[in-house]
Amino acid sequence: MPTLQEIALKTAGVDARIVSGHRMCAGCGIGAVIKNVLAASDKPVIVLNATGCLEVVTTIYPFTAWNTPWMHLTFENAAAVAAGVESAYKSLKRRGRIESDINILAVGGDGGTYDIGFQALSGALERKHNFMYLVYDNEGYMNTGNQRSGATPFGASTTTVPAGKFSFGKPQWRKNLVEIAAAHRIPYVGQAAVHNTLDLYKKAQKGFNADGPAVLAVLQPCTTNWSFDPALTMQYSKLAVETNFWPLYEIESGVVHINTKPSNRKPIEEFLKGQSRFKHLFRAGNEHIIAEMQKMIDDEWARLLKIEESGIQF
Amino acid sequence: MGVRKAITGAEAAAEAMRQINPDVVVAYPITPQTPIVEQFAKYVADGIVDTEMVPVESEHSAMSATVGAEAAGARAMSATSSQGLALMWEIVAATPGLRLPVVISLVNRALSAPINIHCDHSDVMGVTTLGWIQIFSENAQEVYENLLLAIRVAEDTRVQLPAMVNQDGFITSHAVEPVEIFDDALVRKFVGVRSLNRALLDVEHPKSVGPLVLPDYYFEFKRAQEQAMSKVFEVYREVGTELSAITGKQYPFFETYRTDDAEAVVVVLNSAAGTAKVAVDAVRAQGKKVGMLKPILFRPFPYSEVRDALRHVPVVGILDRSMDFGAYAPVYSEFRNALWELDKKPATQSYIYGLGGRDIMTTEIEAVFEELLSGNLDPEHQRYIGLRG
Amino acid sequence: MSERKTWQEVELGVELPAATSLGYKTGGWRVLRPVWNASECIHCMICVGYCPDMAIPVVKSEEGVTGKGGRVFKGAVRLETNLNYCKGCGICAHECPSKCLSMVREEEAEQASCKL
Repeated sequence: MPTLQEIALKTAGVDARIVSGHRMCAGCGIGAVIKNVLAASDKPVIVLNATGCLEVVTTIYPFTAWNTPWMHLTFENAAAVAAGVESAYKSLKRRGRIESDINILAVGGDGGTYDIGFQALSGALERKHNFMYLVYDNEGYMNTGNQRSGATPFGASTTTVPAGKFSFGKPQWRKNLVEIAAAHRIPYVGQAAVHNTLDLYKKAQKGFNADGPAVLAVLQPCTTNWSFDPALTMQYSKLAVETNFWPLYEIESGVVHINTKPSNRKPIEEFLKGQSRFKHLFRAGNEHIIAEMQKMIDDEWARLLKIEESGIQF
Repeated sequence: MGVRKAITGAEAAAEAMRQINPDVVVAYPITPQTPIVEQFAKYVADGIVDTEMVPVESEHSAMSATVGAEAAGARAMSATSSQGLALMWEIVAATPGLRLPVVISLVNRALSAPINIHCDHSDVMGVTTLGWIQIFSENAQEVYENLLLAIRVAEDTRVQLPAMVNQDGFITSHAVEPVEIFDDALVRKFVGVRSLNRALLDVEHPKSVGPLVLPDYYFEFKRAQEQAMSKVFEVYREVGTELSAITGKQYPFFETYRTDDAEAVVVVLNSAAGTAKVAVDAVRAQGKKVGMLKPILFRPFPYSEVRDALRHVPVVGILDRSMDFGAYAPVYSEFRNALWELDKKPATQSYIYGLGGRDIMTTEIEAVFEELLSGNLDPEHQRYIGLRG
Repeated sequence: MSERKTWQEVELGVELPAATSLGYKTGGWRVLRPVWNASECIHCMICVGYCPDMAIPVVKSEEGVTGKGGRVFKGAVRLETNLNYCKGCGICAHECPSKCLSMVREEEAEQASCKL
């Protein structure tokens, strides 16, 4: 079992695969997500990065925070670029032109994954390229100032679906990326959250070691556009799990396993409060929206428990 | 001497790819490009090549995976047409900026709308500003040789730019012609293997490829890219000379046919150049001095060489198989530009022909020569060949 | 502008060597400084796992360091926060289970360190 000590030596040591000097917002958890995921690989990692927060803040020329081979091409194709890299790796290895064993990591935000990069991701999963896809999910287009994405939750106010006199924000629930990924019959899919370092690291290890594609979805509260004190990033991540808003679970070879079951789930209000995108839900007359949200979360949780209990394979 | 095979232009492209045996080929089907990747897939299936073939889910991913493979260190190839190229456009634009020498076949087909699967050049003329080396092929034989040439030019350390080898959809891609295929071993020696100097897979030397470049540096990278393009001419000549040693042929920037004493010349790309040669012979048989110029290397464009080739010609008709709506047609524009420096400029006339696969007849080109020689010109307005009404 | 590379000098294909961002110091962004009380630290590595700026150095110590309650901690131990990169987000202090970190206004911290 990995320990925090062991992980810390990898992420903060001289061999760290991503280093200081990047320009993430103060308190942005993406730094914690990516460093811990990269540390979980026991082989060199090639990173293929979709356009987004992580790409922009880590590689403003002539500076790069990457201490591992890294490439950015465009927004919607990290999985396709990874497919190309993996094919080159297989070919050059077969032809005896390279020797090293590697892992391949494609990484994007939720916009680059749930939305514009969805087709490329599905194609790469279906073709069973041996790579891991990591999505750091901040529930919208946060790099460009909080626009709605397919990962934005019900009730959230975004700049493209703002709350107003006739609108309470996004009227749809987010799509379930984890289940969609699992529907490709891939060996590993995990849902993690930035505050649970050990769980995140273990899931990343499983993803890297899987014999085939893996998908890892990580919730990453955005201090800038969810508008909370940057010191609270891990607290919001924790609350997302404790309210069942973002359950920690994994699907290994199609079998669902829930990693954390809150014994006494907290009401969703605890996660919502203090976030600017949900502020309007606390106005008088909007109680039913929060109630509806609570019901959706409880129904989803009940469904997940049932799937786990049944042992039915994805 | 090689072996003569009766094959299509698409199969000729696949033959070149068989000999190149790329590390990676990424493909998505689109008419009329499909037979290239089908034929190549068969080579893979039969173990004739040991390429890693990746049949992806869209052209956008096809180009993305090709670029990913190339950045990883592989020699990667692909092929497409029309809508496929349009869907790839974003990545087509990004490839030369990363200086990745991807080589693809483009089987020229009309762009929608209306949807049409037949030949014209509206696909390629939409990407000529993006920084790819553009090479045109009159027939299957040229398709085969141009692909071999393109690999070496693109990967040369002075260049490191992607290249597109064009052939006409159906007219070339699906028509069977005798094609001389040169010795496998000689060709393989000529194409060699791609250097791993810049490979992402060289994990001992990690690098970051494709960072965000702001106004303080973007301009410098683009100027460096232009410099690489300007090196293509000398590299193309050198590589052409090397290829000549195998094929016994010449690899000029453009072909001239009976232009030495010509009083009127037509300029035409790809397969219609073959038709134009027949028309030239027919008009010559009537005692009129006419000729033809067929551009081969279209990006970079050999302005001074074209100018020298045409400086003595009184009138030049430029035939375009696409339009630039509201502006001069693309090939016409290049030739007008090339001739501008001359004190005594040839008269020019723009013609549009063959859109959406409309056939062009030798008699129609003969009529063009008649018109050029008659002096009935209107250089400000393009004329249309084979159009009703 | 004069120290910047010319177009003849920029990298082929926009390829950067690794980890050049270490030359870009983000410490100047900081408003609050994490002040670490080493004698209260249990070297649990929670702050290290969380630090988004990779600004908490860790070394492997065979002989160990003295932390909370005079206990000697061996193995992975944290050092003083690297103020060249710490942006002062305060996650470390907020999450510290032994409350050995506190966020102090940068100017006060400056003054305090001057007095020392």
